[in-house]
Amino acid sequence: MDTLSLRNYFAGISPEIIIADGKQYLEITIPGPEFHDFCARMKNDDDLHFDYLISLTAVDWNDHFIIVCHLTSTAHRHTVVLKTKIDRIEAAIDTLSDIWKTAEYHEREVYDLFGITFRNHPDMRRLFLEDDYGFPLRKDFTDDERIITR
Amino acid sequence: MMQEEVIKNIILGEEEDYIVNVGPQHPSTHGVLRFEVSLQGETIKKVVPHCGYIHRGIEKMCERLTYQQIIHLTDRMDYLSAHMNNEAVCLCVEKALEVDIPARVTVIRAMIDELNRIASHQLWWSAMGMDMGALTTFFYGLRDREKILDIYEESFGTRLIQSVNTPGGLMNDIHPGFQRKVKEFITYFRKKLPEYDQLLTGNVIFRERTKNIASLSCTDAIQYGVTGPAGRASGFSCDVRKVDPYGAYPQVNFREILMTEGDTFARYKVRIAEMYESMKILEQLVDNIPEGDYSAKMKPVLRLPAGEYFQRMETARGELAVYIVSNGDKTPYRIKFRSPNFSNLFVISKLAPGYKIADLIAISGSLDLVIPDIDR
Amino acid sequence: MNISIYDFSTVTHYIDTGLRSAMSPGWAVFTELVIVGLVFLVFYALLGLFMVYAERKVCALMQNRLGPNRVGPVGIFQTIADLIKLLMKELIPIKNADKLLFNIAPFIVIIASFMAIAAIPFARGLHAIDFNIGIFYVIAVSSVGVVGILLAGWSSNSKYSLIGAMRSGAQVISYELSVGLSLLTIIVFAGTMQLSGIVESQANGWWIFKGHIPAVIAFIIFLIASTAETNRGPFDLAEAESELTAGFHTEYSGIKFAFFFLAEYMNMFIVASIAVTVFLGGWMPLHFGTESAFNHIMDFIPPVIWFFAKVFVVIYIMMWFKWTFPRLRIDQLLTLEWKYLLPVNLVNIVLVAFLTLFFQKQISNVQG
Repeated sequence: MDTLSLRNYFAGISPEIIIADGKQYLEITIPGPEFHDFCARMKNDDDLHFDYLISLTAVDWNDHFIIVCHLTSTAHRHTVVLKTKIDRIEAAIDTLSDIWKTAEYHEREVYDLFGITFRNHPDMRRLFLEDDYGFPLRKDFTDDERIITR
Repeated sequence: MMQEEVIKNIILGEEEDYIVNVGPQHPSTHGVLRFEVSLQGETIKKVVPHCGYIHRGIEKMCERLTYQQIIHLTDRMDYLSAHMNNEAVCLCVEKALEVDIPARVTVIRAMIDELNRIASHQLWWSAMGMDMGALTTFFYGLRDREKILDIYEESFGTRLIQSVNTPGGLMNDIHPGFQRKVKEFITYFRKKLPEYDQLLTGNVIFRERTKNIASLSCTDAIQYGVTGPAGRASGFSCDVRKVDPYGAYPQVNFREILMTEGDTFARYKVRIAEMYESMKILEQLVDNIPEGDYSAKMKPVLRLPAGEYFQRMETARGELAVYIVSNGDKTPYRIKFRSPNFSNLFVISKLAPGYKIADLIAISGSLDLVIPDIDR
Repeated sequence: MNISIYDFSTVTHYIDTGLRSAMSPGWAVFTELVIVGLVFLVFYALLGLFMVYAERKVCALMQNRLGPNRVGPVGIFQTIADLIKLLMKELIPIKNADKLLFNIAPFIVIIASFMAIAAIPFARGLHAIDFNIGIFYVIAVSSVGVVGILLAGWSSNSKYSLIGAMRSGAQVISYELSVGLSLLTIIVFAGTMQLSGIVESQANGWWIFKGHIPAVIAFIIFLIASTAETNRGPFDLAEAESELTAGFHTEYSGIKFAFFFLAEYMNMFIVASIAVTVFLGGWMPLHFGTESAFNHIMDFIPPVIWFFAKVFVVIYIMMWFKWTFPRLRIDQLLTLEWKYLLPVNLVNIVLVAFLTLFFQKQISNVQG
């Protein structure tokens, strides 16, 4: 589907989602509690059929996190960006690994680098760093011994 | 606590398991990666990959570097497709700044990409043969790869890592002998590539070790995000050069190699066929390099407008995606590299169980993993 | 046949009478034993050195490079340099290893190959022991080597070594069957197990030519099975460097590692010598038809040279295998033996038995 029909489709799904146009891809922001179900719908719906999760990552905006998912459909060849806002103190959201298997490992990486836990994840462990290291990609992270800031 | 329980259940299994660590120092993993393999006799029951031995925090480092400096860090991620990594960042930055890059740059970048792809596949072929025991393949593959490295050295002064890209174009023009050398290489390599087939592809021992081993279905490939030759061997049509074309690829004529079996042998054949396709692309481009500048005029300090930019690129191993979040500063606010090897690695825990240790080596060889790309 | 001019038994006879005239019979025998032992030790060591060098040069030839060419004229002293290095290396003691078995294991492997080499005829009369059950003895004694491998793997107290030793043990025991059965075909043809007898029976043509198809089949099976016996070539998963680091000899360093290394090359030599003795005429020259000028020229070349030339051709073929083919997996290896080689072998033996029964006159054995 092209961008306009996708936009109209999504606008019809739920009034709470925010759709941003004028960007490289269609960007949809969904409130946290509905994120998992929305993603499941994105995958299972035949017209949308977003079966390939390109990347799942997080961005730290100082007082909240935003989880960013880039999705594309192998059948229809359309791409969207899904976003959701996560509170900084209580950084947790439902896992997407039951929808896309690759999310299991992207989420582990996000947990490792940002400290965002994913509920119901089959294996919520850190991926690269030791267990007692902080969460380096947070903006307020400092490590005086090993990181030199200019 | 919960964490320990989870660890125990997932990693250790029953108490009686015979656990062998393949890595981090191992002749076959080609990088620092540890496979914790739980065995029953010779058969693998469970494989848990442990990465992170070479995590250098590239994404965090890039938050303090300018865009021109980031390019030199991306070389070190998947060092065998170094130029393609560079180009991904350059294209993303150029897209954000809406810069028109000269046609000459586009064509040269595409040619170096394809040379890089052939060189990477040659190294893969050498290493795969060597892992399977045919030690001679290492020398034949690397001998032919030297010709490509000589071309690079003449033009850019470097062999493995090019670092010649910069947002807006190239840092220096190609050497005048570039076209001639590329043509010589293509003639030479077209004669040598069938030798590879004679030595390894047709060998009955090699076929017995790779046919019907670790078949990956198309839906699983999509689910796990396995791209590149490994995904295409399962029928997943993921070649970014066709799906989301960039650079000079819309102008050239080549096939996307797709196979359906998805076993180790299919992954092998896809890469050999891709080498032929790359040579075809090179032949189409080598005589048609447009004249012109080798770089657009760019400001010395690049500030990307606030926003988010995403660029996909097909490296030798799969789909690399660069996601830049900028807040108007001269350094990125957040940069994320979606590396192909990261997704390709974890499919091993699905593919390997049920096969023997020797097959684990064959499987990881056919997935062609470069470990620094997993860890970044 | 003019090969009597190169009869070595005259030399040995001369030494024997010399010694017996100088001292009592007991002492003479003792001195002879010492002399034979020393000659074999030196021969073993020199041959080992040469074979390692040959392997490296052959390997380089196939891989489009030069091989050792710095130490000595064409790099011929390379192995001696390696030997000196290995002798000076630290013998790393393993903490929880079974010390006695750990130390004995390399010696068992060497002793097994020593005992086998004693029975090979290098020329007429140049023979350390000439049993009437020659081949049987050689096969039996070379099986003792697997004990050394298993001990090495087990006593190293390391998972990798144990896996390597188990694989190797299974492999060697399986392929011994094929080795024995393929040799049996020629024993049936020749009618004797005595090695010198088998060589003499090839005076009118090598068994590989006289025995036609069954002998060729037996030769091919013997080559494959003996490459597997010696853990070489496509069957080297016991020491698969790319999979289990070094398999059963991972934990050995210094001179003990050198023993395993040496024993592998000597085993290759022994296996090649048996192949040459049984199938390719031993020290008999190559003759076409009967009396002719060509045959006379062939006769002039000393039998020792014939023997070594043939052995090195067979060794070259074995090295060729190693550097061309990928490695077989353990289950494919065992499948090859039990499902393919063994049935072919058994059928071959039945065929040979029939041939010998019905065509006895044509395949006459010339007992010298």
